[in-house]
Amino acid sequence: MTVAIDRATGKRRGDRAPRPGLGQRVRNGLQKYWYAYAMIAPVVVVLGVLVGYPLVRGFYLTLTDANSLNSARTIGVNHIDATYKFIGLDNYRDILFGPTAYDRFWSHFLWTVFWTVACVALHYTIGLGLALMLNQKLRGRTAYRLLLVLPWAVPTFVTVFSWRIMLADSGVLNQILGALHLPQPEWLEDTFWQRFAAIMVNTWCGVPFMMLSLLGGLQSIDSSLYEAAEMDGASAWQRFRHVTLPGLRSVSSTVVLLGIIWTFNQFVIIFLLFGKNSAPDAQILVTWAYTLGFGQQPRDFAQSAAYGVLLLSILTVFTSFYFRWLKRNDQLAV
Amino acid sequence: MSTTTLDKTETAPAPAPAPRRRGRRRGERGPLGVALLHGGLVVASLIALAPVAWLCYLSLGPDKEDYLHPRGIAGKATFSNFSFVLENTAFLDWFKSTMIVALGTTLIGVLVAATTGYAVSRMRFPGYKQLMWVLLLTQAFPIAILIVPMYEIFSELGLIDTYWALILINCTTAVPYSAWLLKGYFDTIPFEIDEAGRVDGLSPFGTFFRLILPLARPGLAVAAFYNFITAVGEVAFATTFLLDDSKYTFAVGLQTFVSEHDAQWNYMAATAVLIAIPVTVFFYLVQKNLVTGLTAGGTKG
Repeated sequence: MTVAIDRATGKRRGDRAPRPGLGQRVRNGLQKYWYAYAMIAPVVVVLGVLVGYPLVRGFYLTLTDANSLNSARTIGVNHIDATYKFIGLDNYRDILFGPTAYDRFWSHFLWTVFWTVACVALHYTIGLGLALMLNQKLRGRTAYRLLLVLPWAVPTFVTVFSWRIMLADSGVLNQILGALHLPQPEWLEDTFWQRFAAIMVNTWCGVPFMMLSLLGGLQSIDSSLYEAAEMDGASAWQRFRHVTLPGLRSVSSTVVLLGIIWTFNQFVIIFLLFGKNSAPDAQILVTWAYTLGFGQQPRDFAQSAAYGVLLLSILTVFTSFYFRWLKRNDQLAV
Repeated sequence: MSTTTLDKTETAPAPAPAPRRRGRRRGERGPLGVALLHGGLVVASLIALAPVAWLCYLSLGPDKEDYLHPRGIAGKATFSNFSFVLENTAFLDWFKSTMIVALGTTLIGVLVAATTGYAVSRMRFPGYKQLMWVLLLTQAFPIAILIVPMYEIFSELGLIDTYWALILINCTTAVPYSAWLLKGYFDTIPFEIDEAGRVDGLSPFGTFFRLILPLARPGLAVAAFYNFITAVGEVAFATTFLLDDSKYTFAVGLQTFVSEHDAQWNYMAATAVLIAIPVTVFFYLVQKNLVTGLTAGGTKG
């Protein structure tokens, strides 16, 4: 039996024997790796049952016309069987190209893309700026750090309500703006300001993570690089551009990917900031899918699930392109 | 230290005092720079602090319209909201449900993920890459893709409105995440320890349980904390799957103060403060390890 350490087994040595048959290979593989498989078995089982099965089931639902009126349900003591039927790809056709598809899907799609790009760009620039400031020798650095992490530390569902009070019609923000004789926008009613508020709140919530990750990245840059650059007469900007940014590459590529995925899937902020049914145009795809499936009557399970499938496909395609792009630029620390 | 080398080169050739202007060392700034730096950080800290502080302040105002007249609160601040929330709302029930769901998720998440974290940290086997991809991708799942089929499946199984439903659902994110995080931690434990264990006649499982797990306690703790916090903060599934208001978790319960017709902001604020304090303290305890765990787990596939 082989040793478990991959250093010992990782390299194939010598010439390859002729390839054995499939059955033989499976048997060999099991014999060689059975403990690895035994160890990953719990996760595979859990994910298979909790993610795989619902995923397949959900995909099947998107091919039907299931809603809350024809699904299996129990009313009192009577059990009613499901009566929805298979309709093929009609849901997808309807979502993507059907009448009013622009209002239902594409407008939300464009807003979601804008939301993701804007939020991640703001997270990254503000986070980087704060990380650079925190990386200086400075009195009270720890205190600043602890304060700046606060938006991440307090649960989001709590802070969103806090923002909702502040942004309310005659809430404190508008009172301050009024005292300064500035216009007082209707943050939670007008579509443009709803979107503005959503991006603002999400930026507030997301900056600390970026800041801490980038600060970790900054601290791992070798200080001799800065000395060398300075000896060569590099200005502060040149040092930032040619030492700091390249040094942050691998951290950046990871946190930007995480940021994009998290922001794209950000449910809590929009869901709680506007309450139910009050901001149809500020919904991103995730919250919109939720509204279709659970925020209206009758609940449209099939279309909601179809949105889910579309969202996952968008993310999967994006992630694989992102990885390919990173590999090509050799920026990934794999 | 970087400055010492510079000192030498600057002072060695010319013992005469250098002109004042050029006397500033690397990493030092003039008073203006320091002021700007502090100014920027103070402003940022205030922005970070303001919404939280505002919530704490409002929680002291006894009337539900007080958020419109914040100046009045200072004169009549009381803790009456807190006692009302603790005595007359389902706060303690919510606390119980939140604890059950969060601890259940944490327990299953860490237990199930630990062996996998070890396997992918130490062994290469056919299917390794696919497994890592699945673990990564599962964390990227939008809630929209699972919520509908989960709702269907759980209503068939009669699990709607039970804690089990939420625990199982939270595991879909907790398990892959814990596995990634623990892999990152196991990677930092030297291979030599495994080798020593194997030489002394332990099976791979024995090595794991008797040598590696005890060494990985800090990593397990971080994974546990993070699962706990994630489970407490879960909103979408809890809102949809819990129907009975004595079973609500905090994330659902907090919403009940604000309906379309009536908003009891003062009680909402008090409840929010009561929830936020322990979770925030928890968070600060593990915050540092969390960042390294997340980014290290993410980059080093």
